[in-house]
Amino acid sequence: MNKVYLDNAATTPLDKEVLKEMYYVMENQFGNPSSIHAHGREVRTIVEKARKTVSGLLGASPSEIFFTSGGTEADNTAIRCGITDMNISHAITSPIEHHAVVHTLEAMEKSGFIKLSFVNVDDKGNINLDHLEELLKNNERSFVSLMHANNEIGTLTNIHKVGELCEQYNAIFHCDTVQTMGHYRHDTSKLKVHFLVGAAHKLHGPKGAGFLYINHKVKIKPMIFGGAQERNMRGGTENVYGIVGLAKALELAYSEMNAHQEYIQGLKSYMIQRLQDEVPGIRFNGEIDPEKSLYTVLNVSFPEMDMADMLLFNLDISGISASGGSACSSGSNIGSHVLAGIGADPARPSVRFSFSKMNTREEVDYAVEQIKALIG
Amino acid sequence: MNLPIYLDNNATTPMDPRVLDAMLPYFNSKFGNAASRNHPFGWVAEEAVDYAREQVAQLIGANEKEIIFTSGATESDNLAIKGVFEMYKEKGNHIITCTTEHKAVLDTCKHLEKLGAEVTYLPVKSDGLVDLELLANTITDKTILVAIMYGNNEIGVVQPVREIADLAHKHGALFFTDATQAVGKIPVDVIKDGIDLMAFSAHKMYGPKGVGGLYVRRKNPRVKVTAQMDGGGHERGMRSGTLNVPGIVGLGKACELCRLEMDEEAKRLSALRDKLESSLTVLEESYVNGNVNHRLPHVANISFKYVEGEGLMMAMKDLAVSSGSACTSASLEPSYVLKSLGLSDDLAHSSIRFGLGRFTTEEEVDFAVEQTKNAVNHLRNLSPLWEMFKEGIDLDKIEWAEH
Repeated sequence: MNKVYLDNAATTPLDKEVLKEMYYVMENQFGNPSSIHAHGREVRTIVEKARKTVSGLLGASPSEIFFTSGGTEADNTAIRCGITDMNISHAITSPIEHHAVVHTLEAMEKSGFIKLSFVNVDDKGNINLDHLEELLKNNERSFVSLMHANNEIGTLTNIHKVGELCEQYNAIFHCDTVQTMGHYRHDTSKLKVHFLVGAAHKLHGPKGAGFLYINHKVKIKPMIFGGAQERNMRGGTENVYGIVGLAKALELAYSEMNAHQEYIQGLKSYMIQRLQDEVPGIRFNGEIDPEKSLYTVLNVSFPEMDMADMLLFNLDISGISASGGSACSSGSNIGSHVLAGIGADPARPSVRFSFSKMNTREEVDYAVEQIKALIG
Repeated sequence: MNLPIYLDNNATTPMDPRVLDAMLPYFNSKFGNAASRNHPFGWVAEEAVDYAREQVAQLIGANEKEIIFTSGATESDNLAIKGVFEMYKEKGNHIITCTTEHKAVLDTCKHLEKLGAEVTYLPVKSDGLVDLELLANTITDKTILVAIMYGNNEIGVVQPVREIADLAHKHGALFFTDATQAVGKIPVDVIKDGIDLMAFSAHKMYGPKGVGGLYVRRKNPRVKVTAQMDGGGHERGMRSGTLNVPGIVGLGKACELCRLEMDEEAKRLSALRDKLESSLTVLEESYVNGNVNHRLPHVANISFKYVEGEGLMMAMKDLAVSSGSACTSASLEPSYVLKSLGLSDDLAHSSIRFGLGRFTTEEEVDFAVEQTKNAVNHLRNLSPLWEMFKEGIDLDKIEWAEH
């Protein structure tokens, strides 16, 4: 076994079928969707077809789907424009949100737009819903930004409950669904949510393409100006092949979702089982119960060791690609804000293993053997 | 020859097959996240991004550390203008731009006006060039940014960027240029041109859509912009978001090809453009818009008086051309760029932008000339206005009776 990729929460390999559709567009259909001649009209149709696909899968209207350059742009648009255009002065988030959310809200707070409150989370990353309600009750109309599944530890939030609480207190609910889009069915006709976010490259689609779902009940102005694209919501020539890839990736994810979930959860449970049985002192960060945890993410807490810093390095030497946390902050030497947020023991090194449909049981076996050899 | 013939290369360009080849591995085996620091999938992606950064920097005479990757020129325009406005608000709130800028610049400036910016929209001369004296008289100590495009997207006019930069710098203002149409087409050198910030896009130079860049000067002076998208702190904190690795590789390759082939391509395209232009301006009452001596090599914008523009485009059904910017082409308004040059609504409406490109052949140009000529002549034969003009009636002096 040469290389085992277990960092699918950072990014996923592109599905061959997705690439096939993108490749055709890249090679043959280069027009600008805003051009009114044949070259333009042809690609305009492609973009709108993709929008229909995405909206259909989410139980939304095509007019509620806005294509962006990715999850970070979608999160920023929802938060920045949601708060300013709806004149909201209080926001609630959690200490373990993705940086695209936390840093954006902190920037808004620093600029004086909002007061920012953090909802308590427990030692497994579960949101304290009573505290959330208290914050909603004791503040003016709030902008709530809580993710569906944590990208580092996988703990799921009951976003139906959060949505209901938000509705009860007339709050705006933005849910960062980057890690769960295409992994669970999001039905916007049932979910009480104002903003949802997707990034294609987390679900075997291309990098550089994502979308923002904006519930028709809320109206915001664009974040990026210049041109009438995306019905005046997002200036800039559309990334046509990226949008095609995004729609295809989501379509594939939905068509095979139950089988994938079962398969990937099987890999994860198997790894949990083997590690528990064979590695003394092993623990897990966040929830691991399949009902409460994203099936693609497993965050392992290893016993204290002398060479803790070298653990990821040594895993890599053994051919296993995993991560210490979010790729988006893995360049920094500051520890994970998520692990700090749940009060994880900083003396114990943690590694995030994240799976996809492309991983195999043999790869898990290999990873477990290498881990045993490394810390044995 | 495949119909329709694509002569709208200012709207977007076909991807060069060599660019697509360069991108492919990064869709397939090399799919890593460039920010993953703990394994080779990430390193391979990061290495590719670094290499692309060098390719881009080399084309524009920059240092690779000065290149910020974005989702395209529109985002770059937004980041540059808003980012400077926020970062330099202590110094002032005055921004100078001009009326022929792309919507991405104009709409961003309009947005900033609501946030307290004072924006001057300089008129341009009838040839599309900025009046330097007027600019000099407009700059004050409160001016933080002069935002003037390099080459215009509708008429191709190339602005005197060095002179504009000098004027801006004399007053301590920064100079930002939207060079989306110029980079890769004519020599652009951020040092020689005195540019502090510069936006560009891959899909206008035979690269992929969805990726572009912003040049941000690092010394003399060190320029900073406030990030407009927060997150993982990618791109030295100025632009967060997982890097579009295949797109960035494509942008890098596109830049390299432009650098190596620009001279020859510009020579070939300007010869073809001149042939198209001289063949069409033999038609009576046809006018070239914009200064012909300071112009991108591949663009010709021609007005055909007494012909209605949309009818013309329909009559030229085998040509993919445009009557202006693609970004505003859905609207029926006449081009604000042409109106800024002083053209009447009617004349602006009867104007066509021909944008040649790397894959345009002489045969295609000849065909385009024939079809355009036939279309203009045909429509004029049907036009009562044309008949009156031929009878010697001065249409501008007619007082139309009200019915």
